[in-house]
Amino acid sequence: MVTVRVFVTLKPSLLDSAGRTVADRLQALGYSEVHGTRIGKVIELEVDLADEGRIDEMCRKLLSNPVIEDYRFEVVE
Amino acid sequence: MKAAVIQFPGSNCDQDALWSMRNDVGIGAEYVWHEETSLDGFGAVFVPGGFSYGDYLRCGSMASESPIMQAVKGFANAGGPVIGVCNGFQILCEAGLLPGALLLNQEQKFVCQDVHLEAVNRTSMWTEGVDRVIRIPVAHGEGRYICDADALAELEGNDQVAFRYVGGNNPNGSVDDIAGVVNLSGNVLEALSVVHSS
Repeated sequence: MVTVRVFVTLKPSLLDSAGRTVADRLQALGYSEVHGTRIGKVIELEVDLADEGRIDEMCRKLLSNPVIEDYRFEVVE
Repeated sequence: MKAAVIQFPGSNCDQDALWSMRNDVGIGAEYVWHEETSLDGFGAVFVPGGFSYGDYLRCGSMASESPIMQAVKGFANAGGPVIGVCNGFQILCEAGLLPGALLLNQEQKFVCQDVHLEAVNRTSMWTEGVDRVIRIPVAHGEGRYICDADALAELEGNDQVAFRYVGGNNPNGSVDDIAGVVNLSGNVLEALSVVHSS
């Protein structure tokens, strides 16, 4: 078995309203150096083999929405 | 005329829709489970709201890949009337029947209130004859409709904006105050809420 880690993030041009709330809270806790927070997802796949073409297909078909999100993945081991 | 009300695990207001179609509209209506693959015998499709598949991953994402949605896509592309409301809006966007997607409301609040909508498109099978301004209830956490500038220009240019929040009273931050869109041929409508809850 191989682990593949997929990272899905909201496109930079879109407002991440949940991320904005987290940034506000961090600032309220005294971390004034924080000027922005964006929240993404990490999805770990356990697969028989890391066929990059098929993983890319999974990312496009289900794991991310190209209208609003970017993705990348890495084979962990 | 018989309408299909698609049911996913986590659908909501599907019973209201079925009841309303039978009693208010006066047409036949039956549930169709998401694992079905055929819409034979149906003349219209209603994709209800709710939290299909728990809204995991992205709202509507897994429902859009379910077996019945292949049939819904074929039905829509052949000109069959399809309406998606609330989570159904998200599902039809994810299925690629219309451009755009829905994101968490701009102010992170779940919005549950009545809103006034202007019916912008006056010619589609869904919006023809609708009052210019209607008041309907909305209830959603992820209703911020977005699409890129090209898609927006296309929607505007082709008269595909079905509904717009009136007077800038936009409860979720949707681009251009859009509350509903129709496809080019006017047989597919996506809206954040609709008469079934009115």
